[in-house]
Amino acid sequence: MTTPTPANGTPVQARLLRDGAVVADDWLPPAEQAPGDGERRILTLAQWQAAGSPAGAAVQLEAGDDPATLLDALPGLALVAVQFEAFTDGRGFSLARRLREAGFTGELRARGSLLPDQAHYLRRCGFNALEFTDPGRLAQAQERLAVFSTDYQGAVDQPLPLFRRRA
Amino acid sequence: MYRYDDYDQRLVDERVDQFRDQTERYLRGDLGDAEFLPLRLQNGLYVQRLAPMLRIAVPYGLLDARQVRKLAHITRHYDKGYAHISTRQNVQINWPRIEDVPDILAELASVQMHAIQTSGNCIRNTTTDPLAGVADDELEDPRPWCEIIRQWSTLHPEFAFLPRKFKIAVCGSREDRAAIHSHDIGLEIVPGPDGENGFRVLVGGGLGRTPVIGSEIRPYLERRHLLSYLEAILRVYNLHGRRDNKYKARIKILVKAMGVDAFTAAVEKEWESLRDGPTTLPDAEIDRIAAFFSGPAYASVDAAGEAAVLEAHCASEPIFANWVRRNSHAHQVPGYRAVTVSLKATGNPPGDVSAAQLDRLADLCEAYSFGQLRTTHQQNIVLADVRQSDLLPLWRGLQAVGLACPNAGYLTDMICCPGGDFCSLANAKSIPVAEAIQARFEDLDYLYDLGPLELNISGCMNACGHHHIGHIGILGVDKKGEEFFQVSLGGNQGKEASLGAILGPSFRREDMPDVIETLLRVYLDHRLEEETFLQTLRRIGMQPFKERVYDNANAR
Repeated sequence: MTTPTPANGTPVQARLLRDGAVVADDWLPPAEQAPGDGERRILTLAQWQAAGSPAGAAVQLEAGDDPATLLDALPGLALVAVQFEAFTDGRGFSLARRLREAGFTGELRARGSLLPDQAHYLRRCGFNALEFTDPGRLAQAQERLAVFSTDYQGAVDQPLPLFRRRA
Repeated sequence: MYRYDDYDQRLVDERVDQFRDQTERYLRGDLGDAEFLPLRLQNGLYVQRLAPMLRIAVPYGLLDARQVRKLAHITRHYDKGYAHISTRQNVQINWPRIEDVPDILAELASVQMHAIQTSGNCIRNTTTDPLAGVADDELEDPRPWCEIIRQWSTLHPEFAFLPRKFKIAVCGSREDRAAIHSHDIGLEIVPGPDGENGFRVLVGGGLGRTPVIGSEIRPYLERRHLLSYLEAILRVYNLHGRRDNKYKARIKILVKAMGVDAFTAAVEKEWESLRDGPTTLPDAEIDRIAAFFSGPAYASVDAAGEAAVLEAHCASEPIFANWVRRNSHAHQVPGYRAVTVSLKATGNPPGDVSAAQLDRLADLCEAYSFGQLRTTHQQNIVLADVRQSDLLPLWRGLQAVGLACPNAGYLTDMICCPGGDFCSLANAKSIPVAEAIQARFEDLDYLYDLGPLELNISGCMNACGHHHIGHIGILGVDKKGEEFFQVSLGGNQGKEASLGAILGPSFRREDMPDVIETLLRVYLDHRLEEETFLQTLRRIGMQPFKERVYDNANAR
């Protein structure tokens, strides 16, 4: 994988936990200005709508956004990011489940204020990518993706509740 | 009683490991205070006024003797030798050291216990009737449903960071002994059109600063849909509940803001995508859980013979006879009674129980009640399955450790939060008020003459002492740094639930026994023969109480 380089030439150091592995991020975070040509940048919902809701894009939802605005376009999107303003704001967990229940199969990424201790729940709700700016915390999150070896409820990772799986 | 299998055990063991890791990272500075806060709360750990407080989960109030002995051991080894029964049927210890908490949780896990989700903005312990499974007015035992909800809500990945705490209660009997009208979700087991029991669903009840009686959003929900419907309610709340102001973050505020109809419509819409999914409960699972609660192996006793023995015991021991009359309850099974062990003796902080008393309770429940007991939201203990001929030896055993106080359901059997002696939220000390009232009304004949009376005391508007639903409610308030107490009248927690109305300006702590005594005089002066306090109040209204109390106050 190549590390993307933004317009000013500074290499991006951000690393990501994707499908359980630590990888270099191949998307740039949302910014106020529209992305340059060929730049892989996550768009805000407003930017994506202003650009005519293009397929293949990466779109970021804020916790209060209504995912209904994305539902029709979901099959064509490469990535949906959910921005956590505070790690105690649990709306993103429900947003993620709604997106997966609506059939989204692309990358679903949690970013913003997160704790490594939330990795297990985030994964269960359908996030397959977690962003942590601090490398130590990224490693901690990786170790905590499956702190529980089983779960009572059905969720995105395992739709069957334990009562349908008990041996 | 539910017994863990390997899955259940593994989950609580892994939870202990997780919390040990979190505590170690916190103690070495790797997790900040604000980060550790929700993690420790979801394991029941508060940092209180004097020391941390650990709240241990007692799912729907049920404990066996081994667990009770473990609690006694924990209070001796890690705390000051006593525990407190909370109004959510949980157990609190007030003096653990933070660094010991992982070890305490490991001790609990060894007897199939935990402290998961006893605090924090998540789904809390589901509560129910302390007489579940034995009450003679029961349609269906609610405990299997509480256990089904416990498993579903435990470590639920979507609902661990809700806008605020979330409490569910289930009632399966004609009389509501679980206060389902004052819960975020109240579930009442009701018969369905096809003869199968289902649930009437209430949402948005609650106490706290803004007391509200729950609203019905579904008159009948088929039982197999219970979990998917709960999930729909929780998701609507998680996405739309207010997060900008913790005092407006409970689901009751959302239901009010949206209106019951719009809220119901949002839940039904969310449910469309969830209903009939994998979370739908198969009959086999309902039966599997229900089998754990099928009741102990009752002896087939000669009911008339049991009654005769009890009568003879009562005749020979008048004090015992009185205790039987006040503290024991009818049972579904002939020859048996359920017993309330009052934790409200004069001088005992309401709900507190010592390690020695816990050990004795473990012995007594093994000897006389199939090795199980229950904690109640009234902060007492219930031994649910006692043969009538065993009541006398049980009573003697209780008496020996000061647990035979015959006041269940009377004025001095009050609900009271830990208050300003322990809690950092409290405006006022509630325990001294409770103790002053207990001391004033020690005369048992007077107490019984007053009839059934619920007096509830909270040290602040968070209402842990349920003051809004006490027939008499007392609330500690802070006025310019001084403690005052506001009195409300007319609250009730049954199916005819109502919230108390404030009597008037608040009182000083030292005046409280006089104020209560004056209120009771007004009742005694006005009551018609069999009227309870609540009935008299409803008939004559607040005015006579108000006049007498404030006239007296002015005269002083």
